[in-house]
Amino acid sequence: MLVVEGLVKRFGGFTAVSNVSFKVDQGEILGLIGPNGSGKSTIFNMLSGTFPPSAGSIKFEGQEIAGLAPHRIINRGIGRTFQIPRPFRRLSIFENVELAGYYGQGGHSRARADEAAERALAMVGLPTDRHATVDGLGAAGLKKLELAKALATGPKLLLADESLGGLDEAEMDQAADMLRKIRDELGITIIWVEHIMGVLMRVVDRVMVLDHGEKISEGLPSAVAGDPRVIEVYLGTDAHATQAVAAQAGR
Amino acid sequence: MNARLAWPIAAVALVALPFVYRDPYHLHIFVLILIWSFAYTSWSMMGRFGLVSLGHGGFMGVGAYVTALLWNHLGVSPWIGIPIALVCAGGLALIVAYPCFRFRITGHYFALVTLALSGIVLQVITATRDYTGGSLGYTPERTKGNNILALQFEDKTVWYLIALAVWAAGLVIWYWVDRSMSRYAMEAISEDEDAAAAAGVDVTAEKLKITVISAAMTALAGALYCQYQMFISPDTVSGISVSLQMVFAVVVGGIYVALGPTVGAVITLLLAESLRIFFGTKAVGWDNLVYGVLLVLFIIFLPKGILGSLMDRLKSGGARPVAARKPA
Repeated sequence: MLVVEGLVKRFGGFTAVSNVSFKVDQGEILGLIGPNGSGKSTIFNMLSGTFPPSAGSIKFEGQEIAGLAPHRIINRGIGRTFQIPRPFRRLSIFENVELAGYYGQGGHSRARADEAAERALAMVGLPTDRHATVDGLGAAGLKKLELAKALATGPKLLLADESLGGLDEAEMDQAADMLRKIRDELGITIIWVEHIMGVLMRVVDRVMVLDHGEKISEGLPSAVAGDPRVIEVYLGTDAHATQAVAAQAGR
Repeated sequence: MNARLAWPIAAVALVALPFVYRDPYHLHIFVLILIWSFAYTSWSMMGRFGLVSLGHGGFMGVGAYVTALLWNHLGVSPWIGIPIALVCAGGLALIVAYPCFRFRITGHYFALVTLALSGIVLQVITATRDYTGGSLGYTPERTKGNNILALQFEDKTVWYLIALAVWAAGLVIWYWVDRSMSRYAMEAISEDEDAAAAAGVDVTAEKLKITVISAAMTALAGALYCQYQMFISPDTVSGISVSLQMVFAVVVGGIYVALGPTVGAVITLLLAESLRIFFGTKAVGWDNLVYGVLLVLFIIFLPKGILGSLMDRLKSGGARPVAARKPA
């Protein structure tokens, strides 16, 4: 469904992403991990249209989307969340999601937007009351709102950016289960970008590891977790240390 | 009294007013208040979303001068001239705003770019004095008595009703935007453009849409002012002082409420008229000084303006808390 080939991003003389290729199959959850500065956010931003790649191609359902404006990519069916939730505080919770439902699906029908908003809010477990304000939400609530906004745009592919930062362990588990539920029940393909390896490994079908802008490993979670290059990157000598460091980074 | 009854009664009273009350000076003030209220409402269409334009004096000048020039030089009726003027103002808005929005010039920088627009329109009017009369002002050629084709009327009642209709239309447009998804989009954009884009909003297009509507409305106010006063000068319908006056009136009246700009127009016109009557020519320019001082005080102490704050006070105790908004 998504085929990325030879993706490069340079900022001045610095190469943030160098020659990364991968593909994502319909219905899978791909984990994208790597330490800070490894280029995963840069890849994410190119997929979502925040900035164009310096070279390479991004094909979604057979069509080139590299360099398209963010709203066009959303309209093609690629939704995204932000690492730090970015709610619109002047709008109610419902209006936040309604907005995404309206413009995310091309801006044609408000009735359809309302329906999408209700479904998305119910899915993530937020109230569908039209007047509830964003100010009443805590960290976990804001993450849910972020996800509901992305879902309301009607994505076929969801780019989830480090959804677990700032959550406690029970909330992390819930959030991870939520992503799986979104895939299982709505059939949405997911790319999950995350610092925290532990929870991610439990949910994803496949993992891709980045370091210094290059892909260093890819495969099943069990295989990748045992890859010496991955362990080296995560500074650990055994799996427990790896997880501890990764969890720290996510806090 | 409930609101369902209050609106029709207010509407009937406003329409009936010139037939009952015929003092020409007061009617004149009413007409001016309605025209400026419409101009301020037009400005607030953008201003309420944090798009602070200091260029609206320019749009008003385009509306007034294009209409008058077409009439005097080419004999084009204002009925055709005004739409042409609106298209010119809309086009000018596109030319100035598109690069701003495309390259993300926002906040103070946007205000500065639009400030330049005010200055440029003023300079163009002054520089082409052979056609526009320059700083001495300009008068559309008079026809005799009431002439619908020339949009010239001796009777103040007619002008009052025209201004009332246009003002009401301005409020309808305000409400129409307020109820539409465009308001959500603009609120979102004013908070976070990237997040708005991630919700699927075409940020540049939405901003352009509201800007062009606002500019065209302002140009209509300018054309109306010209046809009513039958005299325009760069100082009264264009330039930076007119732009600043719009900002001041809207901030004082209330930037986030439909009738805020109208309240602002009432206050600014009464202020200017009182200064003129009590101090005469000695007070020329005082109103601008008072505006300046009041603007600072309002932004600090009453950012929602007079009407906005009053409505908040009435609402408090109601079910829905009103989120605090920052002044633009």
